[in-house]
Amino acid sequence: MAVLDETQMREGVDRETVETVQSMAGTYKHGWETEIEMDFAPKGLNEDIVRLISEKNNEPEWLLEWRLDAYRRWLTMESPDWAMLNIPEIDYQEQYYYAKPKSMVEKPKSLDDVDPKLLETYAKLGIPLKEQMLLAGVEGAEEGRKVAVDAVFDSVSLGTTFKKELAQAGVIFCSISEAVQDHPELVKKYLGSVVPQNDNYFAALNSAVFSDGSFVYIPAGVKCPMELSTYFRINAENTGQFERTLIVAEKGSHVSYLEGCTAPKRDTTQLHAAVVEIVILEDAEVKYSTVQNWFPGDENGKGGIYNFVTKRADCREDRAKVMWTQVETGSAITWKYPSCILRGDDTQGEFYSIAIANNWQQADTGTKMVHLGKNSRSRIVSKGISAGHAQNTYRGLVSMHPKAKESRNYTQCDSLLIGDKCGAHTVPYIEVRNASSRVEHEATTSKVDDDQLFYCRQRGMDEEEAVALVVNGFCKEVLQELPMEFAMEAQALVAISLEGSVG
Amino acid sequence: MMPRAKLKAQKVEAANALLEGRALPQGGAWITRARSAAEKRVRELGLPTKRDEYWRYTDPRRLTAADVEPGALHDTQGEPPAFDAFDRVKLVFVDGVFDADASDPMALEGVEICQLSQAAMTDLHWARDLYGSLEARGQSPVERPLASLNTAYATQGVLIRITGKPEKPISLIYHRESETSDAMVHHVIRVESGAEATILENGPFATRFNQVMEVDIADGGTLHHIRAQGRDHERVGCAHFFARLGAGSHLKSFTLTANGALIRNDSVIWLDGAAGSAHVAGATVGDGAFHHDDTVFITHGAPRCESRQVFKKVLRRSAVGVFQGKILVNQVAQLTDGYQISQSLLLDEDAQFLAKPELEIYADDVKCSHGSTSGEIDSNQLFYLRARGVPEDTAKTLLVLAFLAEALDEIAEPAYAEDLRARLEAWFERRG
Repeated sequence: MAVLDETQMREGVDRETVETVQSMAGTYKHGWETEIEMDFAPKGLNEDIVRLISEKNNEPEWLLEWRLDAYRRWLTMESPDWAMLNIPEIDYQEQYYYAKPKSMVEKPKSLDDVDPKLLETYAKLGIPLKEQMLLAGVEGAEEGRKVAVDAVFDSVSLGTTFKKELAQAGVIFCSISEAVQDHPELVKKYLGSVVPQNDNYFAALNSAVFSDGSFVYIPAGVKCPMELSTYFRINAENTGQFERTLIVAEKGSHVSYLEGCTAPKRDTTQLHAAVVEIVILEDAEVKYSTVQNWFPGDENGKGGIYNFVTKRADCREDRAKVMWTQVETGSAITWKYPSCILRGDDTQGEFYSIAIANNWQQADTGTKMVHLGKNSRSRIVSKGISAGHAQNTYRGLVSMHPKAKESRNYTQCDSLLIGDKCGAHTVPYIEVRNASSRVEHEATTSKVDDDQLFYCRQRGMDEEEAVALVVNGFCKEVLQELPMEFAMEAQALVAISLEGSVG
Repeated sequence: MMPRAKLKAQKVEAANALLEGRALPQGGAWITRARSAAEKRVRELGLPTKRDEYWRYTDPRRLTAADVEPGALHDTQGEPPAFDAFDRVKLVFVDGVFDADASDPMALEGVEICQLSQAAMTDLHWARDLYGSLEARGQSPVERPLASLNTAYATQGVLIRITGKPEKPISLIYHRESETSDAMVHHVIRVESGAEATILENGPFATRFNQVMEVDIADGGTLHHIRAQGRDHERVGCAHFFARLGAGSHLKSFTLTANGALIRNDSVIWLDGAAGSAHVAGATVGDGAFHHDDTVFITHGAPRCESRQVFKKVLRRSAVGVFQGKILVNQVAQLTDGYQISQSLLLDEDAQFLAKPELEIYADDVKCSHGSTSGEIDSNQLFYLRARGVPEDTAKTLLVLAFLAEALDEIAEPAYAEDLRARLEAWFERRG
């Protein structure tokens, strides 16, 4: 690691953390597995499994009923077929719906009691669970910022850092299973209020079997003192991960939330169906950033995560603002449309996305901007990159309701193709139901510019480096919207994801 | 939500119910073969419903219903029909039935024309391998069962073979005289290698119409297609346009749509030979409770082709404008140049614009883009004109005409574009 030697590391930063951020070589970095004894629920899905999950989490009756209702609705639904995805049939009875490290059966009181093996896993991923300055330990970088982390391992949350400091500000940041115990009134009030149980097939499945996830509550007028982050790790084999995240931003509050995910390399595919609900009240602002790096399958398309995610933010009151930023590099299949319901007047929704599909990956991702309030504004910037045999689709909806007068949308979707065996597709839906709103949509598809490549090659870069540089330039508009630590990781990921796509 | 299998079963059931006891028209062996195959397609595909993705923004119920809803005739207030001033070969249809008396003789150098009803009775005809073939091919990847219905049951239409460069355009004129007419017309046009012609279409057609035009352009051929769909308010219809373009051939198709309760124009263009070009354009004016749908599907199936879609819609008083445009670039179609723009001007708060501009691309060395915008008249532009003493109404008309001009500019021959532009201007002046 020559690069590392030249870098002065800041105190308190794991060597591996820096490695993760800096490493530009090698393929999928997080494909290793933690050997740990797990406590599984029996394979398969039925009402008893739903009851079991609810019981394991010591849930109140209403939540069990809510789950069962979702399960019964799910049984009547069909898997959606409209995405440009070729999804092999999923046997829902061949999955484990609950997996918990044995050492977690007795819930540890604090992170100090957590099995060191689990802590090591996160350290290896570059996610330190000790309360310390995080990442950005590179010389010349700005002051390290505090980031509170909730670590979810298979079906359970291991723990959350900086809880005390957050509590002082009145911020609640914990696993959703804890929130059900400690703040049942908040969970009951908001759970399912943005993504109802029967919203879609995968949301219904998640509602029935979600085992954990993060809960965030920012009280009125509070600017969250640090960034919040959840790190998801799928480890156990044949186990689906179904996390549910609920974020509530009260009047005038402000929070930035980061999400990361990885999984071991395996020949078999794994299921991940998550739901993220965000409620944003008057003048509040939520920024949600994701770097999705689930195992994408090998170069022959074997294995990988099937990622079916429903994410939606409800700007419920006036001047609420949400910003989604996503870097989607992993997963064999991505089906994901982070959406904004712009209900209040003068609300604002933004969506910045980079989706990279290489080898045999398939991605169908985009956003929905539903304008209901007057003078609401939205902006979509999507950059799709396809290489190898991959298929990459942008799918988006911009809807201006009759009452959303004087609203505004701007959409830009650019696709880049590397190689002649991949595909890049754009499927926007534009529905304008009032005259005073303005909607503008632009999309382009092209290949990596020969002149730019030539320029880089002439200056001694090899072809792969040159492509990575050009692609990073192509993605710049989105990368610059990410919080700094994430931006570094994302930039490195862009290069790694495209490895082997040239020549 | 209804399960997909059940939905499909319902569609098939609806098709079988519609075709119950309906015999295929009489004809020679070749056309009977084509009609039987088409009838089978309708039964297999089922009738379209609003639940189909391809009918997302337009409800096809009135097009698939067993009976026609009566619709009042429209008073044109003495306005001359489109293209009236041009010297052309006129082929007249009244409520979808060919009117030999009102038509010109079918003689024109460089062109062979005959009626479908006559050709159908022969055993051998040049259209034998063409009739229904482009429609059948156009069923994938998107199903268009209404077009198959037409192939199976249409008895009216003309077969036009262009062998040279005729000096006059061929003009298809559709009068409507009945309040309950239900027309099915199927035309086949073959442009031979190196030949070039202009086809004009105008008139309100019928109370309900289902039209198919299959166009095969051989290598190096050129076809200009200009269509002005009449203004009758109370009529519904769908017009399918299937075209195959050989190497180095060119197609320019333009449609003006004005009012009409429900009009769906479905254009399916297949660039089959290298270096062909296809331009499809449309201008729509909707003033009232009208629904206009332009659906275009362009497949680049060969390298070095160019395609262009330009659609402009001006809408007010509850008018709904739909645009579904797709550019599909196959893996072989390297060096493709694809462009698409769809824009709407909403003149009041009741109008709607619904669009789905799509790109599906499997070749890497391509240049494809699309844009779509919607909004009201630019207040700065209006202010500019008002500040120079132009009255508000006149200023608005000027801006609307300027907006539509980009689509009209797609017509190669300026005289036709001017004919349509003058017509639009008169409408706006009259209606204010």
